[in-house]
Amino acid sequence: MSATVADTHAEHEHHGPVAGWRRWLYATNHKDIGTMYLILSLIMFFVGGVMALIIRTELFSPGLQFVNPAFFNQMTTMHALIMVFGAVMPAFVGLANWMVPLMIGAPDMALPRMNNWSFWILPVAFAMLASTLFMPGGAPASGWTMYPPLVLQTGDAFPFLIFSVHLLGISSIMGAINIIVTIVNMRAPDMSLLKMPMFVWTWLITAYLLLAVMPVLAGAVTMLLTDQFFGTSFFLAAGGGDPVMFQHIFWFFGHPEVYIMILPAFGVVSEIIPTFSRKPLFGHDSMVYAASSIAFLSFIVWAHHMFTTGMPLTGQLFFMFATMLIAVPTGVKVFNWTATMWRGAMSFETPMLFALAFLFLFTIGGFSGLMLAIVPADIQYHDSYFVVAHFHYVLVPGSVFAVMAAVYYWMPKWTGHYYDERMGKLHFWLSTIFVNVTFFPMHFLGLAGMPRRIPDYSTQFADFNSIASIGAIGFGLSQLLFAYNVIQCVRKKGSTATDAVWDQPQGLEWTVPSPAPYHTFETPPTSSVKTTFS
Amino acid sequence: MIRKLCLAALVLLGSTGANADWALNMPKGVTTLSAETYAIHMMVFWWCVAIAVIVFGVMIYSLIRHRKAAGAVPAKFSHSMTAEIIWTTIPIVILLIMTVPSAELLIKLEDSRDPDITVVTTAYQWRWHYAYQGEDVEFFSSLSRTSAAARRKGSGIDPETVDNYLLDVDRPLVVPKGAKVRFLLTSNDVVHAWWVPELSIKKDAIPGFMNETWFKAEVAGVYRGQCAELCGMDHGYMPIVVEVVEPEAYQAWLVNEKDRVAQVAVADGEIR
Amino acid sequence: MSHAEEKYYVPHGSHWPIVGSAGLLFLMVGVSVWLNGGDTGFWVMLAGFAIIIFMLVGWFGEVIGESESGRFNTQVGMSFRMGMFWFIFSEVMFFSAFFGALFYARNMAIPWLGGESNNFFTNLMLWDGFESTWPTNGPGNIGGDFEPMGPFGLPLINTVLLLSSSVTLTIAHHALLKGHRSLVKVFLGATFVLGFIFVFLQAEEYIEAYQHMNLTLGSGIYGSTFFMLTGFHGMHVTIGAIMLTIIWFRVLKGHFTPDKHFAFEAVAWYCHFVDVVWVALYVFVYWM
Ligand code: HEA
Ligand code: HEA
Ligand code: CUA
Ligand SMILES: [Cu+2]
Repeated sequence: MSATVADTHAEHEHHGPVAGWRRWLYATNHKDIGTMYLILSLIMFFVGGVMALIIRTELFSPGLQFVNPAFFNQMTTMHALIMVFGAVMPAFVGLANWMVPLMIGAPDMALPRMNNWSFWILPVAFAMLASTLFMPGGAPASGWTMYPPLVLQTGDAFPFLIFSVHLLGISSIMGAINIIVTIVNMRAPDMSLLKMPMFVWTWLITAYLLLAVMPVLAGAVTMLLTDQFFGTSFFLAAGGGDPVMFQHIFWFFGHPEVYIMILPAFGVVSEIIPTFSRKPLFGHDSMVYAASSIAFLSFIVWAHHMFTTGMPLTGQLFFMFATMLIAVPTGVKVFNWTATMWRGAMSFETPMLFALAFLFLFTIGGFSGLMLAIVPADIQYHDSYFVVAHFHYVLVPGSVFAVMAAVYYWMPKWTGHYYDERMGKLHFWLSTIFVNVTFFPMHFLGLAGMPRRIPDYSTQFADFNSIASIGAIGFGLSQLLFAYNVIQCVRKKGSTATDAVWDQPQGLEWTVPSPAPYHTFETPPTSSVKTTFS
Repeated sequence: MIRKLCLAALVLLGSTGANADWALNMPKGVTTLSAETYAIHMMVFWWCVAIAVIVFGVMIYSLIRHRKAAGAVPAKFSHSMTAEIIWTTIPIVILLIMTVPSAELLIKLEDSRDPDITVVTTAYQWRWHYAYQGEDVEFFSSLSRTSAAARRKGSGIDPETVDNYLLDVDRPLVVPKGAKVRFLLTSNDVVHAWWVPELSIKKDAIPGFMNETWFKAEVAGVYRGQCAELCGMDHGYMPIVVEVVEPEAYQAWLVNEKDRVAQVAVADGEIR
Repeated sequence: MSHAEEKYYVPHGSHWPIVGSAGLLFLMVGVSVWLNGGDTGFWVMLAGFAIIIFMLVGWFGEVIGESESGRFNTQVGMSFRMGMFWFIFSEVMFFSAFFGALFYARNMAIPWLGGESNNFFTNLMLWDGFESTWPTNGPGNIGGDFEPMGPFGLPLINTVLLLSSSVTLTIAHHALLKGHRSLVKVFLGATFVLGFIFVFLQAEEYIEAYQHMNLTLGSGIYGSTFFMLTGFHGMHVTIGAIMLTIIWFRVLKGHFTPDKHFAFEAVAWYCHFVDVVWVALYVFVYWM
């Protein structure tokens, strides 16, 4: 017994990372795993982005120039799956890995080995998904929503699609369990739940959403698999099933899924705005309640994606009302951020700029969401580019901008060096201008009657499509700057960061050295709540 | 960004006209309910603009006045019950204002009872089949030959030179003006959706189920739409054309069609 | 209290997860290829299974070793417990998807096919003559006439078996808490034996269904929901019984103390969860 004690002791005190590939393959350190998540996410963002550019290039002008319709649909499907499951979700899990233990004063994640597995399942899943591009029949082409019976027409890719979704689900579930257990069980002794930073709070709520809906998605695709290969009739009317039943089950997952992609973003913004306003977050507790209400409501609004499926009238009315209600807690968040900035002393470093763009542009996306919730109007908007505009506003200048804000905000803590502020600002302005050039015209296209998921369109839609395509290429190229900034910072090209990094930010993560040592808080910090503002 | 939004709003305002090539807004449409749909859309839009002006206004004011560079000293406050109650209540009220007319319109949209004409529409990959209930008229409607030739990759045909590129069919649906037309929609294979913006209806065609929807067109004319649910490779190539004609013209068309359909059906069978 | 007790145990480096990922890769690719009609897929799948079993044995072995050598403090134990609890919650949600399908089919899809709600024409024009009933294999009589599985006979026996296994498990748990190890051995042993008998009888039930009742996975929505729900449940009973066997051997080896027995608790929770699912199944699938 005593030998073991000495053993653990020695190992903990003196070991930094092991050298070579083992450090990454066998990683149990939350910072290493967080880094791997973030790198994977960046790669996937570029891969998904290239697919988006293929879509936009084909749509640059009417007529079919570059790809065949079948391949176009494959690109739409893969773009969405890769962006959602490969870029945005892993980015937030990576941030959680890096920051949650630092923010709550924990030595690591609660279940470090499982943490490794959550990550290393992802490359397997994406390898399977990507391999479908080279299969007879091509990649899945039924949209990321995988509606039957169309999805059952997928070629050899079909089981690969299903199983990669299973793997992504397993990974997310394990990740979510780890985050919940870490937050609930590993906080510094004096950090009560309501004292937790907002990023930790939003992630706690997100983790519950993940746990509740990823298994449901797994169940849904399992039913697709058995309908295809084992003769079941879940989605076959002749057998007493219903193709629309899949849509219900999918969106029971799918709607909470979109909040899974935005709640951590809310958390990030709630960290950044106070720091650069030099003022505590306004209404911390009501922010917690608002995020919880959003999460709760997200379970009872799913069928707003299905207003044209012929649901009974009462169903449509219920889902309309429930959906509209989400504007209330979301409004509370927006107003509280505004109140945080109000009478602050703001400065506009890159993270703050991205957070501000988030504030404005996410709200615009939220407004179009509200419009979509109005059933009679949605009957017109549905499956048009108006919807595409809506969700890219909440996802790109929403989730993706929040990830970028977070990276700029915490990178000096990770690497010990600042990024190049001038380059950061350049990246910000180019991104913000081009993101609007890309996605704003899509509102007009949708209202004028352009359906989504089409490789070619009538000539009346030509102008706005060209503008959107130019914007997309501009936005894509601007992201090379992002990669450049990150690489330069990792290569320690910038000036050395102080421990606090910014001007008196709040939170435990700023009390450890920059770069954060390999092991932090091996013994819990005595006073976890650092309030520098008041 | 705010400038962008205002600009967009202005453009939207000025665009309610009929310039089809630069259409920015939802069409007002030609049915009894499409104008109401348009009105709801605009009402919600203007509420959003109003909220945006206020919220973004406050933000921008704050961004300008409360800058560190402008010498601002941070205040210390971090909560206010009153403020929070106000900004939870006002949105609820606004939402309630929006729901009432929306629900009323929805109830009307769902009421497809007592139609004058019923068209049974069956979706196929990738064309539509229409059958006039009670009349002996039924036919397939698919992408017109000119569009079909131009749409191929490397066809060498400039889409600009094709009339109604991708929005033209070989055989349009013909309905009389002022009649309540009910659609019974189903599908033969995968899910499709029947959408004509000017008629303000969109409804999914689901295999094994029969969906209902209806319209009553008040203005004669040709209205175009497209399939609005991803249905495979040629989802982008299954347009819809509805010709709304005077009732007498409709009757004449029906008579004419009854013979033609018989012949065409034979020809169709041979092609397939 | 020693120093290590206060510190949270953070393992440094483990190759088991990556082995697990390799196993999953082989397994999933293997099944996919096999389903697509490639015979090699079957062997790849078996290889994947083998790797995963190797991983499970190795990984759990390592954790058991650490536990027995006293590296885990109570906080680590708490992490394991919470992790298990939320894992079970995710399992509950997985089953919900299938229960949801059952409820949706019975309360929505089938009545609609029978012409209810806004589906008058669905019935009239597409499925004329179909009446909304349960059990059903749908208006297309998919899979041909079949006999539904009643609640008595084997299912009832199985209910009794599973509920008694719940009782024996609880007795074993209490005995462990009080330190009566011989009692633990007997009742834990009884529990997994009951579990395996359950699985055996369910196999009998399936054979009966396939051979004499023409009730198969292909028997429309009834067959689909019946076999998917009971099948996934049976799979869970099997896993539970195997885990019970493993901890039984650990008890024989002298593992677990009245205050440190996470693995025992985890398996117990899992089995209770599986029992609860069965009760729901018995009520909604066999009975109502
Ligand atoms: C991050 C992702 C994200 C987020 C946050 C949202 C947020 C919302 N979404 Fe969106 N949505 C998607 C991602 C997202 N959505 C995606 C991916 C799809 C398409 C999927 C597919 O088909 O492929 C989609 C589709 C979609 C539809 C279906 C459209 C269709 O297919 O016909 C609907 C319909 O109701 C909808 C509604 C909403 C609403 C009401 C919100 C609300 O949460 C927004 C709330 C926010 C605000 C309203 C702004 C701030 C509030 C205030 C300033 C307060 C005052 C305001 C008022 C009182 C109005 N969304
Ligand atoms: C988080 C999710 C996310 C993100 C980040 C994005 C980002 C982008 N999306 Fe996408 N998108 C979805 C989620 C997302 N999307 C979903 C869910 C759908 C629905 C799918 C469906 O219908 O099933 C969809 C569908 C969709 C469509 C509709 C397709 C259709 O209906 O047929 C379009 C069309 O323009 C589009 C465009 C873009 C563009 C231009 C970006 C850009 O923001 C991407 C920018 C990034 C890059 C461009 C990569 C980085 C740069 C380089 C690699 C450098 C090289 C650059 C050059 C050489 C120029 N997306
Ligand atoms: Cu038919 Cu899309
Ligand atoms: Cu939604």
